[in-house]
Amino acid sequence: MAGFDHAPPPFFKRGPAPLALLTFYTLLSLAVFVVDLRFRSLDLLRQSVALVVDPVQRVAQTPGSLVDYARNYLEGIRSLQLDNDELRHAKLSTAPNLLRLEQLEAENDRLRKLLVVKERENAKGQVAQILYTARDPFSRKVIVDKGQQSGVVAGQPAIDEAGVVGQVTRVFPFSAEITLISDKDQAVPVQIVRSGQRSVVFGLGNGQMELRYMPANADVQVGDVLVTSGLDSVYLQGFPVARVVNIERDSAYSFARIFAAPIAGVENFGEVMILDPRQPLPPPPPEAKSRGSDGSDKPGLRPKKKRAAKGN
Amino acid sequence: MQPTFSSSRILLPVRPWFIYLSLIVALLLNFLPTAHWPGMPDWVALVLCFWSVREFRRVGMGWAFILGLLMDVADGAVLGQHCFAYVLLAFASTSLSRRLLWFPLPQQALQVLPLLLLTQVVQMLMRLAVGADFPGWGYFVGPLIASLLWVPLTFVLLLPQYQPVEQNPDRPI
Repeated sequence: MAGFDHAPPPFFKRGPAPLALLTFYTLLSLAVFVVDLRFRSLDLLRQSVALVVDPVQRVAQTPGSLVDYARNYLEGIRSLQLDNDELRHAKLSTAPNLLRLEQLEAENDRLRKLLVVKERENAKGQVAQILYTARDPFSRKVIVDKGQQSGVVAGQPAIDEAGVVGQVTRVFPFSAEITLISDKDQAVPVQIVRSGQRSVVFGLGNGQMELRYMPANADVQVGDVLVTSGLDSVYLQGFPVARVVNIERDSAYSFARIFAAPIAGVENFGEVMILDPRQPLPPPPPEAKSRGSDGSDKPGLRPKKKRAAKGN
Repeated sequence: MQPTFSSSRILLPVRPWFIYLSLIVALLLNFLPTAHWPGMPDWVALVLCFWSVREFRRVGMGWAFILGLLMDVADGAVLGQHCFAYVLLAFASTSLSRRLLWFPLPQQALQVLPLLLLTQVVQMLMRLAVGADFPGWGYFVGPLIASLLWVPLTFVLLLPQYQPVEQNPDRPI
């Protein structure tokens, strides 16, 4: 019946010229690109589109997860028993430490109270299932199944059983996006366990991480474990982040190139724990604030600068 | 049923719902976990290119923009990245469509390849400009395979439009 329309075929009704349309859509998409990147103010648009896309995406991921489930099921009771034995063994071998941990924590609390030091924050959180990795080849992100409905907010850290996995960067109504610590330029403030030295470790985007801005003669060795230093208000102190795997010291540069590999199964599928946001840090001391707002550091430096300006 | 395109063959008019269905299926294919395999084609770009060559009155830059937005959100990419690339792709394939359809299918595929490569290159340049890393040459294998798929894709997407080869002269429709 398609050929029996009585309206004349739209030979002359073509809408705007293609070039005009091209200009319009090009400008629109470039504007969206810049606004999303620089101002981050399009999150509402992203969330509302995600509300439509997300269920479809979950359905599309179902066959893969069914295959995984079937494989796990068929792997059978034998491997389960092996795992079980291993776990029981591991539990027994860690029992001496674990049994005393409670007592140690209590003792630590008491000592801290005696010293009038602020009490350590407890780590609490919720377990989330990784649904899929984002398809974007330029970044390393995963999507988990907890979102605004479960009270997840942007900025919460995510860990697995071995260490830090990443940080929640975007929250959707029913899911959240976690940027992995190995994503390019994703920074985690860390501390070297052996020496106690603080630094910041950056993701390189290829699965490795780099400890930047460490002097060439810094006390870092291959095998050093980096844990979170807790200096930011995001990560709690003491979670393992990475292990140093390679150090290049070149006297031509003032900084050593120190590469590290993440300890947590950052690229694996599975479950992560999204830790609750930290309690806000105390405000910075007032004298530092007044110095910063003043704009000048020491009064003794002023005449020098003036003299230098005059000399020129 | 005739598997190849030839200009002597008169096709039935396309059904709009089939166009939309094929675009949605392409989106679904992009959402599958197989999208992480190396060398997987960008199905949305391929199907969009096909329909903007065949039916540029129905599928154009507006559709390209919306599909791009959906892909951006689904990928977790920067908004506007796929939009821009798809809009350029739709414009280029629309303006090439009159020429493209004169060629036999393998040569059409050869001419589609630069368009699909352009889509990937534009996206890569946009991300490199704002500080991402080069994702590796594997990123450009997708368009190569996509252009190899042009011939089977044409066959599949034109299936509802083929007329039976032996027609009854008494009943032309």
